[in-house]
Amino acid sequence: MDDIRILAPSDLDTLIAELRERGFRVVGPTLRDETIVTGDIRSASDLPRGIGDIQEAATYRTRQRDDDAYFGFAAPAQSTKPVFFPSEEVVWRGKRDHDQGGHFTAERDTANASPVALLGVRSCDLRAVQIHDQVLAHRQFKDVHYTARRDGTLVIAVACGVPAATCFCASMGTGPRPAATDPQTGQPSYDLLLTEVIDGDTHHFVAEVGTDAGRDIADAVAASKGTAKDQAQAIDITNAAAASQTRAIDRNTVHDVLRASAESSRWEDVANRCLGCTNCTMVCPTCFCTTMSDVSDLAGENAERHRVWDSCFSANFSYIHGGPTRESLKARYRQWITHKLSSWEDQFGMLGCVGCGRCITWCPAGIDITEEAAALGRMSGLGSTASAAST
Amino acid sequence: MTDAATHTHADASAGADTPARPKLAVWKFASCDGCQLTILNCEDELLSIAEAVHIAYFPEATRAVVEGPYELSLVEGSITTPEDVERIHEIRAQSGTLVTIGACATAGGIQALRNWADVDEFRSIVYAHPEYLSTLDTSTPIASHVDVDYELRGCPVDKGQLVEVLAAFLNGRKPRIPTYSVCVECKLKGNVCVPVAHGTPCLGPVTQAGCGALCPTYGRGCYGCFGPQDSANTDSLTRQLAELGMSNDDIVRVYRTFNAGAPEFEAASNKVAAGGAS
Repeated sequence: MDDIRILAPSDLDTLIAELRERGFRVVGPTLRDETIVTGDIRSASDLPRGIGDIQEAATYRTRQRDDDAYFGFAAPAQSTKPVFFPSEEVVWRGKRDHDQGGHFTAERDTANASPVALLGVRSCDLRAVQIHDQVLAHRQFKDVHYTARRDGTLVIAVACGVPAATCFCASMGTGPRPAATDPQTGQPSYDLLLTEVIDGDTHHFVAEVGTDAGRDIADAVAASKGTAKDQAQAIDITNAAAASQTRAIDRNTVHDVLRASAESSRWEDVANRCLGCTNCTMVCPTCFCTTMSDVSDLAGENAERHRVWDSCFSANFSYIHGGPTRESLKARYRQWITHKLSSWEDQFGMLGCVGCGRCITWCPAGIDITEEAAALGRMSGLGSTASAAST
Repeated sequence: MTDAATHTHADASAGADTPARPKLAVWKFASCDGCQLTILNCEDELLSIAEAVHIAYFPEATRAVVEGPYELSLVEGSITTPEDVERIHEIRAQSGTLVTIGACATAGGIQALRNWADVDEFRSIVYAHPEYLSTLDTSTPIASHVDVDYELRGCPVDKGQLVEVLAAFLNGRKPRIPTYSVCVECKLKGNVCVPVAHGTPCLGPVTQAGCGALCPTYGRGCYGCFGPQDSANTDSLTRQLAELGMSNDDIVRVYRTFNAGAPEFEAASNKVAAGGAS
């Protein structure tokens, strides 16, 4: 039988202190600028207790909940992406060496940070981390900076009980309850999986142990034993959360829909709305494109190579000699959604979308990936008629 | 070019074994001097700048004048008088590389509002003797008159970007000046999006990065100081600004500030003034 434990809300502080004691940098949801963001957690008081969210296309608002839930909200403004894959980092530094005839000596910048404990990471974002692992760490050439930051990560996931209107993880098969193992590697997805239960006067967390490290942490905070009934209650919560989702993408047909839609008239329509601002890619937990940027000081004595997040929505992203290959916003939107929902599968053997809904919420023009996919499905005649979003 | 520099009489530091520093000139046209002040505000870098270039002409900083030609000219301000038109051609003729700095020089500045007005009329109201005044009907960017090698945006320009352009010039490389939107800078910094999370109208999606997303970092909407980004979709933003409660008059006003004369903002404002976006 699975190892089930019960944590009281007051155990959260003990848990966080224990993680910090063990040298982890604890990263989780916290409230900043009227928004739930992903940040450093020092104690349970850093968590957005009693705060919920309302998300719709181009709209995000927090709200006061009528309970003390610590995780009573959907996707935070940004995923854990920047934790392992920072928006800008120095790859190497060079210094002119006058003893060596003025040649540059380069020094590689090595990431030397504490291991991270992800506290409260949602199923969608956890799946996105697994996708990043596949893209950045499990191919022929490893991203050494990513791998260094990612090594030794402890995952204390919190199953999502309150999806936002923009969420569609259920349709992508990525949540709200995380899979026990990473489908690519077969490794456990989490060390501990918490489900927050608020039922009348009771408020506790059902903790499902995923690894020995998770068990060790559960033991250290002296979590009491739970039962199969507790686990069943946790599963009921995520089942209800899945059933409450109104947006969806038909993941079985979408690959072929996009393939067949290269010349669709829909691109013109979406290009009229697309701001080319890059927000969708910047908040996407799986987007991983970067550019290399070299800088030098005034004297030309010191140089640095920076790796910076880039976006397929900026003109210079596809710049080659003579100009950008994707001149129009139409071409750029097509590139992005086709990669996410179709060619990603050809490239990495999985879809590049986890259904977190951030690209819908944080698009200032409210462009909805589920709506676009559904429209392309209808127009190509290849989509499922059951696709949720209607236009 | 180096010949001219080694023969200057006032460059005391150009000794026999020191390579000649390129001569820098800083010129002013119709402007508030804010971009020139940005050069002087490069406090930490100022000594390195003075070591790397020979500041040959910069009246905002020094009365000493070294004659041209100049390897690098930084030009602030817009063209608003017949004399300006002549002077910018002279400057171009004696400059190796000519870089325009700031919204006035790159888009005509706030004074480009005159492009929509009757200059004769307000000249007659403001001045006791309007006949003494010689001015043009328009305020135009430098690039409308002479070839410009590089345009650095901003009102004022960003100190870091200015140093970057100088470093790039000195090292013969491309400046690291992105042309994407302010939204990228917000996201790189981890800012919360003010229109989405707070309902604050923001020009960030159509505006070029460069300021480090200064206003959104402090919870305010972007004012468009750096002009249009490379792929600005102003029609879509206009609809979004209206959705967030801005009147057509207000939308016209936000497009017509420091970069009113930038073609994309000019067209967007004209479209709204004529009855809204499509």
